[in-house]
Amino acid sequence: MELSKEQKRDIIAKRVAQELHDGDVVTLGIGLPTEVANHVPHDVNIILQSENGMIGVGHRDFNAPERPIVTNAGGLPVTTKPGACFFDTTMSFTLIRGGHVDVTVLGALQVDEEGNLANWMVPEVFVPGMGGAMDLVVGAKKVIVAMEHTAKGEKRILKKCTLPLTAAHEVDMIVTEMCVIDVTPQGLVLKEINPLFSLEDVINATDAELIVPEVFTQQAV
Amino acid sequence: MKKIISITEAGKIVKSNSSVMIGGFLRCGTPAKIIDELVKNKVSDLTLIANDTCVPDSGRGKLIVNKQVKKVITTHIGTNPETGKQLHNKEIEVELVPMGTLVERIRAAGAGLGGVLTPTGVGTVVEEGKQTLEIDGKKFIYEKPLKADYAIIYANKVDKFGNAFLEGTTRNFNPVMATAADVVIVEAQELSETPLDPNYITIPGVFIDYIAV
Repeated sequence: MELSKEQKRDIIAKRVAQELHDGDVVTLGIGLPTEVANHVPHDVNIILQSENGMIGVGHRDFNAPERPIVTNAGGLPVTTKPGACFFDTTMSFTLIRGGHVDVTVLGALQVDEEGNLANWMVPEVFVPGMGGAMDLVVGAKKVIVAMEHTAKGEKRILKKCTLPLTAAHEVDMIVTEMCVIDVTPQGLVLKEINPLFSLEDVINATDAELIVPEVFTQQAV
Repeated sequence: MKKIISITEAGKIVKSNSSVMIGGFLRCGTPAKIIDELVKNKVSDLTLIANDTCVPDSGRGKLIVNKQVKKVITTHIGTNPETGKQLHNKEIEVELVPMGTLVERIRAAGAGLGGVLTPTGVGTVVEEGKQTLEIDGKKFIYEKPLKADYAIIYANKVDKFGNAFLEGTTRNFNPVMATAADVVIVEAQELSETPLDPNYITIPGVFIDYIAV
């Protein structure tokens, strides 16, 4: 089954959105994770936190002044939702590292059986810096990795990450276009499978050992 | 009363070979006018402490492009390809620090603390070469306080007492940096002739040495 990049991203963002509950304080990473907000049902009010110093992020503000004073972590102007507030970086990371963020959704380069995450650098190739990612992954109550199952055919759900880690043993759930995986102390448990794929497809696209329960749910797509 | 100076005068305060904290998250809340003066004055061999190296044609990014920075202590250089290029060519030293750690190291210096114990970075390269401590079964990394010779910060409104008000997400690193440098210069977008309402002060004026307008 060949899905387009857009289809994959859509499936992943939709499924992650189901993990967010009314009142949750949520921090979304840049890229695919940001799209999750578009799939949250209207009766579910999540409170979006942005590491640059804001709670209650709205949507992209196309009417902002040339030097906007309200931006998201990508530097783009955004609107505020009712109940929004601003704060400095000290407060922002008190929220993030202190366990006051309920869920964070981040992309990954690699993730492994022990819940280790690598998403901040490829030595000699790509060294942008960790920004707030290390703090987020350590501090958020639930860490969801949202990513395409493989990258250019390469497996990225591994027995052991080979790239420098963002954090050790912190990932709770992995959502891809193929499946949903729970990270448990016993290992990676296959929780749901996208009906477009077979169990064999998933196993073949995964380097890590998957614990396959006798019954698993079909991933809503 | 604080010393009120022009942007041009502010640009002459920072000397070459010094360490300087500059506020801002990308473009937002950046003291861009004073940075432009530093660029004009070719102040060199700076140790820059900032959230990021912005983009090549704006704010802190210009200092990088003009090779005025010998070392940068920051959380992210990805938005300014020039920083990565200079790092690759060994023209600049880059110390990457997690954002929550950078802000707490600065806070520790400003608050008179001996450092920070943080779980961030445990099990990663950030931990390498650092002391660790186990508290109630959880591992923490000891991170040192971080201060600077100068802090250049931004504020929307400043009164003559130095009390500063910052709007929206312009706050970011500005308040904490005001506490951790020997000389603190605030770039005021607006200087208020009357004292600001004490209830709405983001940065107490006692931290400020110069108000630049």
